[in-house]
Amino acid sequence: MAEVLLQLNGISKSFPGVKANENISFEINSGEIHALLGENGAGKSTLVKMIYGLMQPDLGNMRLSSESFRPSEPSKARQSGIAMVFQHFSLFDALNVAENIALGMENPPKINDLSEKIENVSKSYGLPLDPKRLVGQLSAGERQRVEIIRCLLQNPKLLIMDEPTSVLTPNEVKTLFETLLRLKKEGKSILYISHKLEEIREICDFATILRNGEKVGSCIPKNTSAKQIGEMMVGKSFSSPSRENRVFGEKLLKVSNLSIHTKDFFGTSLSNINFSVHVGEILGIGGVAGNGQDELLSALSGEEKTSPSTINILNHPIGKLAPNERRDLGLRAAPEERLGHAAAPSMTLIENTLMTSHSEDIVNRWGIINFDNVTEETKDIVAEFDVRTPTLDNAAASLSGGNLQKFVIGREILKKPRVFVVNQPTWGVDAAAAAFIRQSILNLASHDSAVVVISQDLDELFEICDTFAVLTNGRLSKSYDMRNLSSEDVGLLMGGSDLDLKNS
Amino acid sequence: MIRLEKRRSISKLWTTLTPIIAVFLTMVFGGLMFGLLLGDLASAFGAIKLIFWDPLFDENFASYSRPQLLVKAGPIILIAIGLSIGFKAGIWNIGAEGQYILGAIFGASVALGLFPHESIFIFPAMILAGALGGFIWALIPAVLKVYFKTNEILVSLMLVYVAENILASVSQGLLRNPDGMGLPGSRNLKNYPSAHNSEIIANSGMHWGVLTAFLSVILAYFLFLKHQKGYEIRISGEAPKAAYFAGINPSKTIIFCMGMSGLLAGMAGLFEVAGPAGQITMSFNSGYGFTAIIVAFLGRLDPLGILLAGLLMALTYIGGEIAQLMLGLPGASIQLLQGMLLFFLLATDIFTNYRIKSKGS
Repeated sequence: MAEVLLQLNGISKSFPGVKANENISFEINSGEIHALLGENGAGKSTLVKMIYGLMQPDLGNMRLSSESFRPSEPSKARQSGIAMVFQHFSLFDALNVAENIALGMENPPKINDLSEKIENVSKSYGLPLDPKRLVGQLSAGERQRVEIIRCLLQNPKLLIMDEPTSVLTPNEVKTLFETLLRLKKEGKSILYISHKLEEIREICDFATILRNGEKVGSCIPKNTSAKQIGEMMVGKSFSSPSRENRVFGEKLLKVSNLSIHTKDFFGTSLSNINFSVHVGEILGIGGVAGNGQDELLSALSGEEKTSPSTINILNHPIGKLAPNERRDLGLRAAPEERLGHAAAPSMTLIENTLMTSHSEDIVNRWGIINFDNVTEETKDIVAEFDVRTPTLDNAAASLSGGNLQKFVIGREILKKPRVFVVNQPTWGVDAAAAAFIRQSILNLASHDSAVVVISQDLDELFEICDTFAVLTNGRLSKSYDMRNLSSEDVGLLMGGSDLDLKNS
Repeated sequence: MIRLEKRRSISKLWTTLTPIIAVFLTMVFGGLMFGLLLGDLASAFGAIKLIFWDPLFDENFASYSRPQLLVKAGPIILIAIGLSIGFKAGIWNIGAEGQYILGAIFGASVALGLFPHESIFIFPAMILAGALGGFIWALIPAVLKVYFKTNEILVSLMLVYVAENILASVSQGLLRNPDGMGLPGSRNLKNYPSAHNSEIIANSGMHWGVLTAFLSVILAYFLFLKHQKGYEIRISGEAPKAAYFAGINPSKTIIFCMGMSGLLAGMAGLFEVAGPAGQITMSFNSGYGFTAIIVAFLGRLDPLGILLAGLLMALTYIGGEIAQLMLGLPGASIQLLQGMLLFFLLATDIFTNYRIKSKGS
């Protein structure tokens, strides 16, 4: 019998108006990979923050290696051997790996000694990483390695990982899993937070499932089907997305010879991109983020302008048009970054609705805003896209990731765009919200629209797309019929090679 | 143990309460300071009363001080409203003082050029010229920022010193009073009826500039609550990337915000030079352009807040003068009092973003 490393007894935590955690108890054994599962808003983050010392429980207690444990701040938790890799990395682009790691340490050693240590750790755990490289030039997977190594240098007993695979390629996931198994073999414990049920079934020894702040169950994932686990999480069964028909109509969006030289030092230039999307078609653009995805979205949304004829809607050149002119023509976009790009964090939902809404009944020709109509529009979005928010006057930042994403997508889809471009539609979103978003994208396509889905989640692309292309290093592959592709093919495409398949 | 916990959203209650608490704390600690300075703690209350109460309600002072309150607050409010438009968009016009000076020079030039013709169109033309002067002066940092990505804080601030030199030059040269026996300074516009920014109601201090300041408060409210431009300004300040995605052109926002703040500062300058100051002199400007920055923040960039903050700031000026005169308090102690106001505001501000949690250990 393995010994218990961390024990939680009746942990409760409330915020004004919300019970984030109620009477949660479970144990994590040494050398165990323990999954913490739940929808967004189920209370996972709150729970983990208490273990990591960012918050303190209202009720209940924790014991670490049989001793009472109540960290008042993260540094105390770290001293007790708890480390955490956050979903959003806190790294400085303009510094190199070793400098970034030194910044997070209380008493950093000399940078050369530290670099040596980093190399040792990275070698022994199979996490290749050059300490001298600039973080801005690293892929998402490599950035995550920086965070993991930062944790491992503290030699933790328990490593908490929040949604670690959401930004990784299949290969990077494999590398990560090897590392996690190695850590487990050394007797370290891992608390693994994720929505991806298949992953959890592959790597986790035990799973605790939360719903609405309460523990609703636990299981050994290997012996439980993904469907069963999913139903425990959601409390009901949800169907996977489906669509009515797949009939393509006329060519709606055509992009030819699109090249953009990025002004951003850490951006990726686009070179000679060609593709087209038809009515009823969903084109999936795969590839790891940072390969030109943001640049492609801004070229299509109108944030970045090009020569007129590179982008066409129904043979109408729009490359020079501003975002609102494109919206008038029926082209709408939803960027990846929810807070700060797709929505203004401190502004209310009503004000955020106004961001992409400027028709006559919203803003009259004197520039006066009709807030009654904006409120109506916001109500519709919240109702039809099941956005959970106390009021329409809540700030965008107060919504959970999944709810805000539903809002951002709903805001555009309710305008019935002819062409809809979306970047990472379900990034960091819980399973139920993700299924909902995918279904609404499918519905949009079946109602005479063309959709471009840029995503690094290959499962998602396989689930909803008709055609598929890969964006690597600013270049786009040919488009292929998704039904003819296997995941091996996709791997090859991501490596930059063309396939000998019938083009779509 | 007491600790601070970040609020999930900014507390509206505290946003309104903190300025009031800050004023109260300033009175308490300011009084304490005055008491210590005078060597008699019992006189602390008297000193505070002399600054905050007597200018308005003591029969010896009120007849002079009440009109002065509007005279001093008017330009400060007008400038601060303009600045708040830019500050909300994250555009930092620090050079309102320069725009104020240029507005005064432009506006006064119209009058001095037309002297001694009399016409009801002269004063409106002066207002337009004053607005234009401030507008152009503010456009320089705006255009440089748009085309060359220069920092508007530095450029607008440095243009203040350029403006001061221009002011010194014209008051001794171009605009000097030909009948002034060679002394620097222009003709006094108070003696030129068509150009004089006279009081609308006698002995109220209410001149056209004060009226314009009140109007600007109302217009600013309308701009931010109802108008698309105000929304664009706010979102540009809150989330520039989101603003860009929403189709808002950042260059246009910069030009609009800088232009508007320059325009209002220029008008303030004209009203001052054609009214209370009367003539262009090397030192007719009294630092209102800088004081307005404090007032804009003290008023939380909110039009009504700025109105109140402007009146309060004017009160400390006037009350401060009285206190210096009556109690012999040093001038620096009045500046300390104004500094305290900003200090306590920033200190109590923490409650808008954090809540206090007391916990047993």
